[in-house]
Amino acid sequence: MYSFELRQPTSIGGAVRALADGGQILGGGQTLIPTLKMRLADPGVLVSLGRVDSLLGICTDDSGRLCIGGATTHAAVAEGGGAYPALARLAGRIGDPAVRNRGTIGGSLANNDPAACYPAAVLASDAVVATNARDIAADDFFTGLFETALDDGEIITEVKFPVPASAAYAKFLQRASRFALVGVFVARFASGVRVAVTGASESGVYRWSEAETALSAEFSPSAVDSLSVAPGGMIDDLHGSPEYRAQLVRVMTSRAVAAC
Amino acid sequence: MPKDDGIGAATTRREDPRFLTGKGRYTDDINVPGQAHAFFLRSQVAHGRIASLDTTAAAASDGVIRIFTGDDFAGVGGLPCGWQVTDRHGQPMQEPPHPVLAQGKVRHVGDPIAAVVAETLDQARDAAERIDVDIEELPTVTNMQSALEDGAVRVHDDLESNLCYDWGFIEDNREAVNAAIAGAHHVTTLELVNNRLVPNAMEPRAAIGDYNVATDEHTLYTTSQNPHVIRLLMGAFVLGIPEHKLRVVAPDVGGGFGSKIYHYAEEAFCTFAAKAINRAVKWTADRSEAFITDAHGRDHVTRIDLALDENGKFLAIRTDTLANMGAYLSTFAPSIPTYLHGTLMAGNYATPLIYVNVKAVFTNTVPVDAYRGAGRPEATFQLERVIDKAARELSISPIELRRRNFIGKDQFPYATPVAVEYDTGDYHATMDKLEEIADIAGFSGRRAESAANGKLRGLGISHYIEACGIAPSALVGALGARAGLYESATVRVNATGSVSVLTGSHSHGQGHETTFPQVVADLLGIDAEQVAIVHGDTATTPMGMGTYGSRSIAVGGTAIVKALEKVIAKAKKIAAHLMEASEADVTFADGAFTIAGTDRSVAWGDVCLAAYVPHNYPIEELEPGLEETAFYDPANFTFPAGAYACEVEVDPATGEVEICAFAAADDFGNIINPMIVDGQVHGGLAQGIGQALMEHAVYDEHGQLLSGNFMDYTMPRADDLPSFVIDHSCQTPCTHNPLGVKGCGEAGAIGSPPAVVNAVIDALQSGGHDVDHIDMPLTSCRVWTAINADTGS
Repeated sequence: MYSFELRQPTSIGGAVRALADGGQILGGGQTLIPTLKMRLADPGVLVSLGRVDSLLGICTDDSGRLCIGGATTHAAVAEGGGAYPALARLAGRIGDPAVRNRGTIGGSLANNDPAACYPAAVLASDAVVATNARDIAADDFFTGLFETALDDGEIITEVKFPVPASAAYAKFLQRASRFALVGVFVARFASGVRVAVTGASESGVYRWSEAETALSAEFSPSAVDSLSVAPGGMIDDLHGSPEYRAQLVRVMTSRAVAAC
Repeated sequence: MPKDDGIGAATTRREDPRFLTGKGRYTDDINVPGQAHAFFLRSQVAHGRIASLDTTAAAASDGVIRIFTGDDFAGVGGLPCGWQVTDRHGQPMQEPPHPVLAQGKVRHVGDPIAAVVAETLDQARDAAERIDVDIEELPTVTNMQSALEDGAVRVHDDLESNLCYDWGFIEDNREAVNAAIAGAHHVTTLELVNNRLVPNAMEPRAAIGDYNVATDEHTLYTTSQNPHVIRLLMGAFVLGIPEHKLRVVAPDVGGGFGSKIYHYAEEAFCTFAAKAINRAVKWTADRSEAFITDAHGRDHVTRIDLALDENGKFLAIRTDTLANMGAYLSTFAPSIPTYLHGTLMAGNYATPLIYVNVKAVFTNTVPVDAYRGAGRPEATFQLERVIDKAARELSISPIELRRRNFIGKDQFPYATPVAVEYDTGDYHATMDKLEEIADIAGFSGRRAESAANGKLRGLGISHYIEACGIAPSALVGALGARAGLYESATVRVNATGSVSVLTGSHSHGQGHETTFPQVVADLLGIDAEQVAIVHGDTATTPMGMGTYGSRSIAVGGTAIVKALEKVIAKAKKIAAHLMEASEADVTFADGAFTIAGTDRSVAWGDVCLAAYVPHNYPIEELEPGLEETAFYDPANFTFPAGAYACEVEVDPATGEVEICAFAAADDFGNIINPMIVDGQVHGGLAQGIGQALMEHAVYDEHGQLLSGNFMDYTMPRADDLPSFVIDHSCQTPCTHNPLGVKGCGEAGAIGSPPAVVNAVIDALQSGGHDVDHIDMPLTSCRVWTAINADTGS
């Protein structure tokens, strides 16, 4: 990697000041560090969020939402997210132990990898992504492949998850990376069912509205059997064709419902 | 009384405390005072002409000592090929030059263009980015069929075509085989791919060149399976350094699987550069570099025809294979699809007529060479797959069809129609054992249980043979090998009776430091703890050929036995003198020399001491000291064989394959350490299952390696594998080495891929899907696609 200056502020204000010089935010580094090691990026200054205490930890707010600090690791969510069991299970199956001990929820969401797990949970749960500047609704947050509504230097401080009546995440592993080849998060609220799909679309995580309608009417694994999923716009790579991903979207949705 | 640390004992591995506590000493752990660091600027395009190369700015970068380009190697030999194959028309193969650094052209992604030597690795990398290189891109060939078409882009301008050779084996049988197939009652045909693999040893390759200007002596530390071979190839053919001025050290080596047999450009570079700058030069590959520079494995495209009579007896086999050589000929590449592949095409079966055609092809990809099994997995895969297909077509059970065609145990020694003679074996016995340990009889019940869970369960059988104990030198020499394949050992008995064995074999995971002392302990009647194994340094060990081809216990172990026999013979003379008896009356057992029929005896340690303190010694008849060397050249290959069964569950909704059970009944002949054999089989099975289900080096049409990292190249992990059921109680000892051993290192990787694929096909067929074949790796997408392409169900 190219040499860089590491800054480790202990407050959000300190982080903002450090970033004013044009630095790059460092979350858990599970994507950024390999990128640096391959000399594919040369940020000059890295601003680590790992020592900002207010970004760490899990709590439940007055409206019953599970609130996770932006720099909280996947391992911490897996262990401490029991108030939202489907989310804790999702966190416990990201990558491998080394990834889970370093990777953070804020880092994952800011990166918005099209095969990452957390975006599906945030979108299906209708969570709110809080930053140092504003609250962003999940439906507004993910704007495309590796693209989000975040402005340069904007820091994810907290993610607030409404806890559904029942929920489950069904992940079909891409066997090499252990990202999702296709992952589907189904969340059943009193107001209706939300279904978010990761790993499948060339545009990144998305809500499968036909399934939401069908499942809101009849919440059963077979409710999606008759839905067709078009392969158009699905990712085509070594691990799966668009047709295959379309099939997995339906199968994983059905299995997530069965697991709710 | 059997020793508890001798032959047959499952003693724990002596190496493990060192490896498991980080105390190993690998090449990258070595730091020579004053060493500089090398970084290679590598081609990012698969084929191109170097229009200009300007290192001026880079040379002015901080810390740069010198930058080398192809011009610096204009007067230096290229990397040699160690095997010349003669084609079916009697012509030698096309053998292009393989420069250390590119000479005018680059031919695969990863081809080295220049090398920067600097004070630190970061400085070398920084400078490499400032090298101004202009590459005029050329069209590429990555697909073998396209590479052989008229007018195809040529990888090497000076060659007539991309065809390295067109080999026929045995050419005189060609017409008879064609006629037998044309007239047969039934012919089963299968077209298949043996997928390209990246070796991915845990330790990436590394090299340190060191040079002493005062003595004009070179030392190369390198990650090699065979340091003497590197010394010979690099010294004699590349750099012109005589062997007495060149020491090659291969210290602890973290896995090889074949990929560390070969002489690589980086070794020659570091050795050359060390002298040029008069400082040691170190290079260590990173993982990404390993993916595009370590020789890959497999990569065959094959059509096989199996002719049978009305009783299911095999009449003839014909195979046509395209074998990818990559952009250059790696050290032993030409021999893999030919003499390590065609000679195994008889398998375990008494097929009277066989013809093998192999066309080796140059493409703009990383060179391909031996990888665990090396040719034998490719032979076994096609044979065991086509037999399974024939069994289905003829409605004979796969086990029964194999049994009908096995070479009977009374037929050994058995000369195959592909030029090898199996010394011994009992294939019905291994199949019997497999049926027992895999509970074949209970399969239908397990299938019903899977069906109740919505899964398709399949059972796949394979029975493999391999040729190990490589190799009789005169035979391989006649077939084109440019090296001998004997092995060496020096047994150095120390004055107080402990023993140092200096072996030409090289351990890079095989456990020689544990196994070889067991042999010595058994033969000398001393404790294994009293025996040290020294290997991996041309300065200390006799010239040997290293470790590959499951050869070390069969060839290297036999060399140790031969040296021990010489030691014992001399020790008996000393003992006879000490006891004032006739040598003919002295017997040696359990560590003591005894005069038969008396209670007079002298201990091993006393004889050893007498050899080195020869006060009371037959000095006029016998030299002092107790140290003997033996070189052993095997009379034949060894032929391990075994029966494998794989059970899978396929999820028809997703195509996901889960391996539920895997059983292996191997015949390795006699066994020195059953625990180490278990481990070798486990590792081989993991690699074979990896090939069958996961691993794939995929190039796009531009010659870019799409699966060039672990995010896309799927290595098998522990949770991908079941607990293996393995058995090696079937033992037909090798008839031509004194230990009766056959070798076990590659078996698992050879026998398992067809068992896995056969199981998946069986599962799909049981679900009513008319799927005959799926090419490896059987990813969930491929299996699901095959199910859904089957419109007939």
